[in-house]
Amino acid sequence: MTDTNAAPAPKNPSPAAPGFVVQLMQPGIGRLAVMTIVIFIAMAALSPEHFLTIGNASSMAFQFPEFAILSLAMMLAMLTGGIDLSIIGIADLSAIIAALILSHFAGANATGVEAGGAMALAIVVSLAIGCVAGMFNGIVIAYFGLPAILATLGSGLVFTGLGFAITGGSAVVGFPGVFAVIGNADLFGIPVPLIIFVSLAVAVWFLLERTAFGIKVQMLGTNPLATRFAGIDDAGVTIRTFTYSGGLAAVAGLIIMSRSNSAKADYGSGYLLLTILICVLGGINPYGGFGKVSGLILAVLSLQFLSSGFNMLQASNFFTQFLWGSLLLVVMAVNTIQFRRRAARSSSKAHV
Amino acid sequence: MPKINYKSNEFLVFLVIVAFVIVATASYPGFFSIPTLFDLLRNGIVIGIFAIGVLLVLISGGIDVSFTAVAVFALFTTTLTVKQLGLDLPWPLVFLVSVLIGMGLGLINAVFIAGFRLPTLIVTLGTLSALRGFLLTFVGSQLISNVPPSMQQFSRLVIVRGTNAQGFFYSLPWAFAFLVGVVVLTWFLLTRTLLGRNIFAIGGSLESARRIGINVRLTQVFVYAYVGGLAGLAGIIHASMARVANPFDLVGLELSVIAATVLGGARLSGGYGTITGTLLGVILIVMVNNSLILLGIPSTWQSVVIGALILLGTGLPSYQAKRAARKAG
Repeated sequence: MTDTNAAPAPKNPSPAAPGFVVQLMQPGIGRLAVMTIVIFIAMAALSPEHFLTIGNASSMAFQFPEFAILSLAMMLAMLTGGIDLSIIGIADLSAIIAALILSHFAGANATGVEAGGAMALAIVVSLAIGCVAGMFNGIVIAYFGLPAILATLGSGLVFTGLGFAITGGSAVVGFPGVFAVIGNADLFGIPVPLIIFVSLAVAVWFLLERTAFGIKVQMLGTNPLATRFAGIDDAGVTIRTFTYSGGLAAVAGLIIMSRSNSAKADYGSGYLLLTILICVLGGINPYGGFGKVSGLILAVLSLQFLSSGFNMLQASNFFTQFLWGSLLLVVMAVNTIQFRRRAARSSSKAHV
Repeated sequence: MPKINYKSNEFLVFLVIVAFVIVATASYPGFFSIPTLFDLLRNGIVIGIFAIGVLLVLISGGIDVSFTAVAVFALFTTTLTVKQLGLDLPWPLVFLVSVLIGMGLGLINAVFIAGFRLPTLIVTLGTLSALRGFLLTFVGSQLISNVPPSMQQFSRLVIVRGTNAQGFFYSLPWAFAFLVGVVVLTWFLLTRTLLGRNIFAIGGSLESARRIGINVRLTQVFVYAYVGGLAGLAGIIHASMARVANPFDLVGLELSVIAATVLGGARLSGGYGTITGTLLGVILIVMVNNSLILLGIPSTWQSVVIGALILLGTGLPSYQAKRAARKAG
């Protein structure tokens, strides 16, 4: 008797994706750059006295790195053809552990070696937790054959839940002052979180574009079966990618924790949608294989311009939510229409 | 009597529920009682209706995360309109308005999914954000605690009520009949109509379904409109039972509902899922949410437990299938 109820065997998570969908997901960096500039000009025109100021530039540069880093984590998962719904859970859980270490070993009044030592320990431990959590996702996906969306849905609940269970749902506070540097200080006028984001973005770019591993990731996302038949250790690539993704999420968790001077199990819960939105807007194919760090950065900037601009016009956060959702739908629809028109034109030429 | 497949997800979930009941009863003998059962049924109404909708989408090969936003949009605009116009509509009409609004919003998903053929997860994430943002910006963000009289009247309608031997009060609201109705209707649709077979077919393989002449677009339009309608119904029932229309409600519940459906054996890759499994999944999730403390596990652990259940409940069958496939070579 065959077991008709067994979960699906691992396969391309997008059996239904026709070829043109894959192509239309790549709107091109050029058009994205134009869109970002148009949004910037529009926002500047709406309130030039507020938008075009050093103060605004600096506040934006402090705001976006945390979700930009989370988007990098999401991007890695998407490139393999998966998705990572657990990044927020990983960020919060690792930040909570870091917060407990900081408040236990140092406390709010600690300075000098005591504070520095506790901070180093907290950072190392939280990054390790992020990587292990990501590795766990990778193992479940690669060895148990669960689709990434299902594996990370489950593990995300576990990570968030552990954060709740450890803290009882309340915020962990009481860190030494020096920890605030990660999220709030600047170096020669450049915000520290921005420096962290730029270095990570460069690292991810290097990994994807300049290493053999990067090519394997993109091959895996394009055609998992062909990748396996090419003799590539697909399980290893998946596990390594999700490990990096978890590590990036932990960095974002530390920045959020430093900026809010506390850690809590439900911080950043609104960022999950945002990171998927940024990836899709940035031209990263949700079916895997294609995507550029430059596209992601442009998408991050355009969303930040939108939300800062409307914030200055006293619009509510909900209005920004509305805009983000609509933007996602409109951009994807426009890409499809253009692609179909182009496809129709080229096929009519072929008939002549 | 249908043959029971002892390896199925449904049976596994059933065993977990039985084990849960046994352990909970051992730690608190009052657990195994009519009031507990009715609590469970009452708490399962809204999640149950949502889950049936999610089941339909999963079978059709898609995923919908926007149904909570659709529900809260429908319940809030309906309540607000009825109140603002000062209409004294009977509750069936109020419900109908909410269902129609839900269907309309579901059609927005259908336009992008069936019309533009965009990936369902991305589209519904977009509509989730856009609908909720629109509701809270342009419709209202103030709680309506004074719902129309007909909705209050609905909340007082009960099928049975009574007091058990220990003196605990219990009741089952008429809202439960809606869940039963939705279950029967959807069961009929899925197993007794051509449309139902078409939904399974496009979930199994979109391209094959298209080539044998199934109208894929029309089927998808139906699925998303139906799910939207169910969301509208679940929303207005939720508001009526709570006697309050809260625009911040429900959103955030979507992953739990999908978890319940997936636990019950529906596959995210489409083409497979049963109503029995979905209802068992809902029962398990509601029990974990309400009664975890009786197993000696603090309630702060509930999402850990649900997450672990998803990983084990879907990971083990998947692992077995993978091993079986390797052995078969």
